[in-house]
Amino acid sequence: MPAPIIKVDAISKSFGTFKVLDGLSMQVMPGEKLALIGPSGSGKTTILRILMTLEKIDGGHIQIDGEQLYHMERNGRLLPADERHLAKMRQKIGMVFQLFNLFPHKCVMDNVTLAPMLTKGVARAAAEKRAMQLLDMVGLADKAKAMPAQLSGGQKQRVAIARALALSPKIMLFDEVTSALDPELVEEVLNVMRKLAAETDMTMLLVTHEMGFAHDFADRVLFFDRGRIVEEGKPDEIFRHPKQERTQGFLKKIIAAGHRV
Amino acid sequence: MTQWSGYLGLILQGALVTIELTLMGSVLALIMAFLAGIGRVSRFSIVRALATIYIEFFRGTSIFVQLFWAYFVLPFVGLSLTPLLAGVLALGLNVGAYAAEVVRGAILSIGREQYEACTALNLGRWQGMRHVILPQALLVMLPTFGNNAIELLKATSVVSLISLADLTFQAQVVRSQTGSTLMPFVSVLVIYFVLALIISWGVRSLERRMARGLDGVRV
Repeated sequence: MPAPIIKVDAISKSFGTFKVLDGLSMQVMPGEKLALIGPSGSGKTTILRILMTLEKIDGGHIQIDGEQLYHMERNGRLLPADERHLAKMRQKIGMVFQLFNLFPHKCVMDNVTLAPMLTKGVARAAAEKRAMQLLDMVGLADKAKAMPAQLSGGQKQRVAIARALALSPKIMLFDEVTSALDPELVEEVLNVMRKLAAETDMTMLLVTHEMGFAHDFADRVLFFDRGRIVEEGKPDEIFRHPKQERTQGFLKKIIAAGHRV
Repeated sequence: MTQWSGYLGLILQGALVTIELTLMGSVLALIMAFLAGIGRVSRFSIVRALATIYIEFFRGTSIFVQLFWAYFVLPFVGLSLTPLLAGVLALGLNVGAYAAEVVRGAILSIGREQYEACTALNLGRWQGMRHVILPQALLVMLPTFGNNAIELLKATSVVSLISLADLTFQAQVVRSQTGSTLMPFVSVLVIYFVLALIISWGVRSLERRMARGLDGVRV
C-alpha cells in the first residue's frame, strides 16, 4: 500500500475565540478524489486554506508527500518552516478559489504563464505553448488574448483552473469553485473538473455544495461539522445511508434547499 | 511693446527653471514615494521604522525650512549644492513623503484575494508585489499623484527665496524693473495655471491608458 500524499495530524486552528478546527486528522492517498462537505463554519474551507499555507496552524502537524509542511527537520528536530521551505512545499499544491482571483490587469495568457515563468524559470515560448494546451483543455483557446473582465464567471473559473494546472501540482484544491457562478454556468466548470479527474492522476480535494457532483466525482466524502470530521465514507454510504444524525440533518436541509443528490 | 516682449522673455526663462524643478523634483519624489511607501508595508520592522521616520519628518516640517537646510546648512557638513539641486532635493523629499502615503494606501487597497492568488501560485513576496500588486495599485495612485505633482509645481516658487531665478523670482524682477505689477503677475498666474492643466491632462490620459481592458471594454 502506498504512503498517503497528505497526512493531517491533530490540527487545531482558532479565529479569535472561535475554534474552527479541533484536533482534525485525515489522510489522503495519491490520486484520490475527495469531497469535503458540511455546514458553513465547519472548517472544510479552512483546511484547504491551511494546506495552501494561506492560514497558519495553532497546533498539530501536516505532511505532504512525505515532508512536513509547516515544519522543517533540522538535525532530527522539528523547527517552524521558513519562507523557503514553504515555497518548496507549495510547488506540490495548487488551488482554485471561489472568486477566481484572476489578475485583472493581465490577459488570460499572461495569467496562466506568469507563475511558471517567474517561479520555475520557464521560457516564455514554452510557457505559452503549455498555456495554450491547458486553455484548449478547458475550452478557452480562443480567449487567450482576452482580459478577465471580458469573460463570464464560468470562463474565469476555467482560466483559474488552467492557471493552477500550469504549475503541474500533485495536489489540487478546489474551494467552492462553483458557488459564485450563475446556475447555467456551473456545468461548464464541473465538466472541466470531470475531465481533469478522468485524464490525470492528480490528487484532488474539493469543498462543495454541489452534492450531485460530489457524489459522482469523489472516491470518498468527508462530512465536516464544528471543526471535526463527523463521518466519512464512499459517496453512496454518505449520501444514501448516512449513519450520523448530524449528517442526516445536513443532507435533509440541503435537499430541502433544492440541491439534487 | 518690444520692451514688454523682452520682459516676457525673462518670465519665460523663469518658467523653464520652474518646469525643470518640477520635472526633476517629481522624479525624486516618485523614487522616494515608492521606496518609503513599499518600506511602510515591509515585513522588516527596521525598514518600516525608517520609512515612517522619513515620512513623518518631511511632512511635519515646513518646506521653507527644508529648503534652507538643503541650501544653507548642508554646506557646513561639506555638501554644497547649487540652488537648483537644493531646490530639487527639498521639493522631491517633501512631496515624496506625501506621495509615499499614497503608495502605501494604494498597496493596501488591493484585495486580499490577489495576495492569496500570489501565494497559491507560489510567487515570492517581491514577485507578487512587482507583477501583481503594484501594477494594480498604480492605477489607484495616479489621480493623487497628479495632485501631488501640481502641489510640487506650485511649491517650486519657494526656491525664489534662495535666489534661484524661477517663474516667481523673475516676476518680481520684472516688477521691480518696470514698476508694473499687473503684467508680470498676470503672466505668471497664467503660466502656472497652464502648467498645472498640462499635468492634470497628462495624468488623466495616462490613467485612461492604464485602465484599458480592466472594465471589460477594449478602448
